[in-house]
Amino acid sequence: MIDLAQVSRVFEGRTVVADVTLRVEAGTILTVVGTSGSGKTTLLRMINRLIEPSTGTIQIAGRDIRDVPPHLLRRGIGYAIQGHGLFPHRTVAENIAVVPKLLDWDRGRIAARVDELLSLFNLDPAAYRDRLPAALSGGEQQRIGVARALAAEPPILLMDEPFGALDPIIRGRAQEDLRTIQQRYNTTIVLVTHDMDEALHLGHRIAVMDAGRLVQEAPPADLLGAPATAFVGTLLGSGDRAFQLMALRVVDDLVEPGPAPGPPIPAGTSVRAALAESLWSRRPALPVSRDGVILGRVTRAALEAQGGRP
Amino acid sequence: MGGHSATGLLRPGVDPLGSAFAALLGLSLLALPLMTTRPNRIAAGTGLTAWSALPSGAVLLLGGVVALGLPLLALRAAPPLRLAAAAAILLLLGLSAGWAADHLTLPGDRYGRVSPDAGWWLAFATAALAVGDGLARLRPGPILRIALLALLVGATGLALRTGFWNNLSVLREYASRSDTFGRELRTHAVLALTSVAAAAALGIPAAILARPVPALRTGLLATLNVVQTIPSMALFGMLIAPLAWIGRAVPGAAALGIAGIGAAPAFVALLAYALLPVAAATVAGLDAVPWPVRDAARGVGMTARQRLLQVELPLALPAILTGIRIVLVQNIGLAVIAGLVGGGGLGVFVFQGISQNAGDLVLLGALPTVAMATGAAVLLDAVVDLSRGRAAERVP
Ligand SMILES: Nc1ncnc2c1ncn2[C@@H]1O[C@H](COP(=O)(O)OP(=O)(O)OP(=O)(O)O)[C@@H](O)[C@H]1O
Ligand SMILES: [Mg+2]
Repeated sequence: MIDLAQVSRVFEGRTVVADVTLRVEAGTILTVVGTSGSGKTTLLRMINRLIEPSTGTIQIAGRDIRDVPPHLLRRGIGYAIQGHGLFPHRTVAENIAVVPKLLDWDRGRIAARVDELLSLFNLDPAAYRDRLPAALSGGEQQRIGVARALAAEPPILLMDEPFGALDPIIRGRAQEDLRTIQQRYNTTIVLVTHDMDEALHLGHRIAVMDAGRLVQEAPPADLLGAPATAFVGTLLGSGDRAFQLMALRVVDDLVEPGPAPGPPIPAGTSVRAALAESLWSRRPALPVSRDGVILGRVTRAALEAQGGRP
Repeated sequence: MGGHSATGLLRPGVDPLGSAFAALLGLSLLALPLMTTRPNRIAAGTGLTAWSALPSGAVLLLGGVVALGLPLLALRAAPPLRLAAAAAILLLLGLSAGWAADHLTLPGDRYGRVSPDAGWWLAFATAALAVGDGLARLRPGPILRIALLALLVGATGLALRTGFWNNLSVLREYASRSDTFGRELRTHAVLALTSVAAAAALGIPAAILARPVPALRTGLLATLNVVQTIPSMALFGMLIAPLAWIGRAVPGAAALGIAGIGAAPAFVALLAYALLPVAAATVAGLDAVPWPVRDAARGVGMTARQRLLQVELPLALPAILTGIRIVLVQNIGLAVIAGLVGGGGLGVFVFQGISQNAGDLVLLGALPTVAMATGAAVLLDAVVDLSRGRAAERVP
């Protein structure tokens, strides 16, 4: 359905997406994970031409996307923007109805669709329809952003951290809803997330990005069974059983003397949280402080060693 | 009496701004002359204090209202009380001017003049400020503000129509020029409104087109900035020669009224002054549209035109309207200068009055100008608020 062939993007001399070749089969979900700044958003935005690739080609259903006028291409691709991007001067209903209106749906059909989507996301249509985005909570805004992307029943959905602002319970429900929708309409979805559990749970396949490169692209079981690189292995770690144990241990016993860069983590932080911080901030060692006093540092190696202990 | 008022309506302590209003009002009414009388329109005047200018009933009424109102302004009274006190004093000052004029005018005297003096003007301005302050503390919505403006205009119009102030010197001047006043008033309003409308019609599209191109954008704003710094007299003067030439050289131009003096240079100068604020406000308004919103508009598949009309301009509208408000008020004032170059308008009376040394005639031009500018400011502020209404934070 979506084919990327040797796609790269350079910003001001810096390669942000490097030589990515990837295929997303029709009716499947591809989740994209990777550290902050690894090029996930850039990769996603090249699919609806919000960013043009520097080199390489992208095809949708066998057709080069450069052959379609960008605005027409985008009307057929739902896009849930990182951080919602709702129109502040339009009501919830008007925001959701944007694409159906651009596609000239009749009013009755639009109104019915708006109510259907609001109900789907557990928002009472009568109470929410006529509100402005400023009168919604962050989580509600994000759900409206996703509803807007789904409104015209697009065959393809691009979602950039769509559930980031939701609490775990609503997030779980939103994930289930997304699966239901995806199965009902056989939608092809590319979803960027920071949450490894979400990536494993939703993705038929998972793509791991590191510094602009696609380091592995595989079904969840293959990824868990055979991480292609140490980086993939550590990213995955946060989802497995050993790491759940690490959530119960604290870093205090692992502190050793020595310097480490960046902001300190407080004593009493769990081993799992410390390891996640070390991975996301790309620091091999973290300073540890108590009451503002630096006690020393913990190294990633020491943290990872905890994962192996029963 | 104040000490017995319900708590809530009057709290202990002193209101700093209100005390200043009260002090100014008391000072102006007690220490300065309220009215001036003159044997004819250009003779020197004699100042009269409130108690010698007004009939005794009016002195009592004004004194009573002021004695009740000033403590309410000075102490920490509830906003509705302060507003009522200030409005009552303002109303009574308006009435006093008419009463004093009737009281001081000798029967059958056609040359004597009665006009407000320093005390009346200072008290009136202070009371108007106090009304404005009371209103601001109550935060009335835009619709209510427009309604209050309409009420004020209606009441003033009614008083003028019934001849209540006819013995005041300004209206004596009006009486001898009633044939031309209506025409100049209309010319003034038309000059100010059409120049602002033309500035919007040119400035908004120019700003939209030039904004995305850095060179054009800086060029446009820099050019208009230079125009803005030319003193208005000089700009009117600079336009006389080229417009006279166009009037002579271009067939049909003279028939349209284009000439070195007259309405054309006045219109062009007012337009030139209005362009920068309108264009700059449009650029600033469009710049302020949040990037994620702009991006989302592209992401859902809007064309450039749809993004502009459906997302960017609606969000920039309050800023653009604020720019238009500024130039409309500015141009209502500047249009006075049209009177100098034969362009008509209320400036005609102002400059005639200056050359004849007749202050009343100057006022006949200046007072309606100030009233028009103030009305335009209140009206457009309300419109700006209305346009902002939809995007503002509003929880049902
Ligand atoms: N328009 C741009 N101009 C210059 N650099 C850019 C631009 N857009 C993105 N970048 C850079 O490209 C890199 C990748 O950005 P991208 O938004 O794709 O990261 P991401 O993986 O989505 O990160 P996050 O998880 O924080 O959202 C970043 O270093 C970013 O600074
Ligand atoms: Mg991103």
